[in-house]
Amino acid sequence: MSGRRPFMLRGRFWVGMLPWAWLLLFFLLPFALIVNVSLSTADLAIPPYVSPLHATEDGHGVELVPDLSSFRRLADELGSIGEDGADLLYLQAYGNSLLLATLTTLCCLLIGYPFAYHIARSRESVRNVLLMMVMLPFWTSFLLRVYAWMGLLDSSEVGLINQLLLGLGIIDTPLPLLYNTGAVLTGMIYSYLPFMVLPLYANLVKLDQRLLEAASDLGARPITTFLSVTLPLSRNGIIAGAMMVFIPAVGEFVIPDLLGGGDVQMIGRNIWDDFGPNQDWPMAAAVAVVMVLLLIAPIVVFNRSSRREAEEQP
Amino acid sequence: MEAQQPGGEAPYLRIESVNKRFGDNHVVRDVSLGIARKEIFALLGSSGCGKSTLLRMLAGLETPSTGRIVLDGEDLATVQPHRRPTNMMFQSYALFPHLTVEDNVAFGLRQERPKLARDAIAARVGRMLDLVQMQRYARRKPHELSGGQQQRVALARSLAKEPKLLLLDEPLAALDKKIRQETQLELVHLIERVGVTCIIVTHDQEEAMTMADRIGVMSDGVLLQVGTPDEIYEHPNCRFTAEFIGETNMFNGRLESRGVVCPDFPTPIAIGPAAGVSQGSEVSVSVRPERVLLSREQPENGEGGFINRAAGEVTDIAYLGSYSIYHVRLASGRNVTASVPSARWGDAAPPTWGDPVWVSWKAPAGVVLSR
Repeated sequence: MSGRRPFMLRGRFWVGMLPWAWLLLFFLLPFALIVNVSLSTADLAIPPYVSPLHATEDGHGVELVPDLSSFRRLADELGSIGEDGADLLYLQAYGNSLLLATLTTLCCLLIGYPFAYHIARSRESVRNVLLMMVMLPFWTSFLLRVYAWMGLLDSSEVGLINQLLLGLGIIDTPLPLLYNTGAVLTGMIYSYLPFMVLPLYANLVKLDQRLLEAASDLGARPITTFLSVTLPLSRNGIIAGAMMVFIPAVGEFVIPDLLGGGDVQMIGRNIWDDFGPNQDWPMAAAVAVVMVLLLIAPIVVFNRSSRREAEEQP
Repeated sequence: MEAQQPGGEAPYLRIESVNKRFGDNHVVRDVSLGIARKEIFALLGSSGCGKSTLLRMLAGLETPSTGRIVLDGEDLATVQPHRRPTNMMFQSYALFPHLTVEDNVAFGLRQERPKLARDAIAARVGRMLDLVQMQRYARRKPHELSGGQQQRVALARSLAKEPKLLLLDEPLAALDKKIRQETQLELVHLIERVGVTCIIVTHDQEEAMTMADRIGVMSDGVLLQVGTPDEIYEHPNCRFTAEFIGETNMFNGRLESRGVVCPDFPTPIAIGPAAGVSQGSEVSVSVRPERVLLSREQPENGEGGFINRAAGEVTDIAYLGSYSIYHVRLASGRNVTASVPSARWGDAAPPTWGDPVWVSWKAPAGVVLSR
């Protein structure tokens, strides 16, 4: 073996290690810290918890004494379902979050699919312009765009949509557009649409045109071709887009907070409240850990599906 | 070109003055062609010559700018693409990657209206897979098949609806050379067994000559010549065909009463009867390498009439087993290629590099082409 090769191999090894190092440093390590906090006992101190890791009595080792009260609280809620006056604060928040994320994902898919399909079928020059327009909103601050929606949806006479409808004489009194679930959903769909369009586009643009021609040649009408060729072959684009929307949407905090007012309880808000005003870090951490566990299932589905595609289209 | 059949009966498929323009690009120029029932016809040409566009117009994937396509008495322009009685086997097959072999073959049958019964479809799919000997692979997905197996599935899929016209777009281009040669005849036998009229688009002249009853040579959107493989090879009607099909020696000169006056030869080149070329015009004489004789001695005029001859020197030899390709440089500096059977020399040693030799050919071997 020449002298250069081990050097080259070493370089490749370190480049290969980079993503692992990144994941270790910025995902696994923080997650371990969160798990640690979730097993702690709340305390009036700085930081406001007592770690479950104690020094052993002989002073030479470390022992784990987990405080499971936060998880028990969640389990108790689960057990109290159906009882009168049951306090289902967290479960309702989880439910709301999952429901809103699901609705957001479905709406993004329904709007985003024709969007992505059209871009993928456009001439290359037009395509780039359209893609640019999909990404254009990213050039302004996310927060600013949510505030813009507050201005649009405002429930008084000054709200832009209300102004327009009042001005046209369609309504007499302003509609209550802001601070409800509809406003949150609108804001979420708007914000997450690009995350649906881009993976779908990347998938649809690869679709072999000859497959569509072959379907037509074999007598399939356009709608049949779409349902039996285009749609199944874009499955992985759909799954990728759905994951890109669903996963962050579940934990979304800013949009429900700004557009939902106090009415819409979502899990991101509960975490914020417990870390902030309530000073209950172990509870907040436990809620966060459960959320990650809930999201692992769809991620596993996604991975298995993309592995299947890799096999089918070598 | 006349849309007439050798047999005289009305052609099954008539392509009448078809033109296709994409913007300023005139891709297919005034093509007229008649094809008989059960004929296997090859459209031969290099890439971009318009042959694929012509095929796509037959499939209904493109519409002619002008002209008519009539199949079995029915003008195809009036038939919606998904109802055409034609089926195409696409280049690199375009099998549906998410469907199994049997679902691929059944795809077209499931589109039939009125709907076919489930077991009727299954039975037809079974027969098709039997035909191409792919029954064992019915449940596989296309990516689990070899290139040759994919080709057979694609063929079964395009035959399943029993089309009146089968269109094959570069049917074997995606295969390795060895499999390709085996598959050519296999495919022809299969098409003949089914008895379907078939048009093959190919850039491979060997493929066209092996598979087709007749060949149409296309260049630049124009159908230059239509004929049987040997007509096309032995009697090309233009320089393009002569040079595109096989190898040839092309001598440029002027046609006079004594023959073609060419600066490479001391005396005019004697030729056979030259039709359609007027005296005094600039012409080319095409002589196939296997018609060129090579000898150490000056050849004499024989009973076959005039012999064209010139002395030269061997510059290159490619020994290919049963024959060798000799490159001979004439006194004028002009190169002549001769394909010489290895048995030609008997027990004598064949000429080698630098040897003085004579090249010669009989007058009828030279095909006169206008320039």
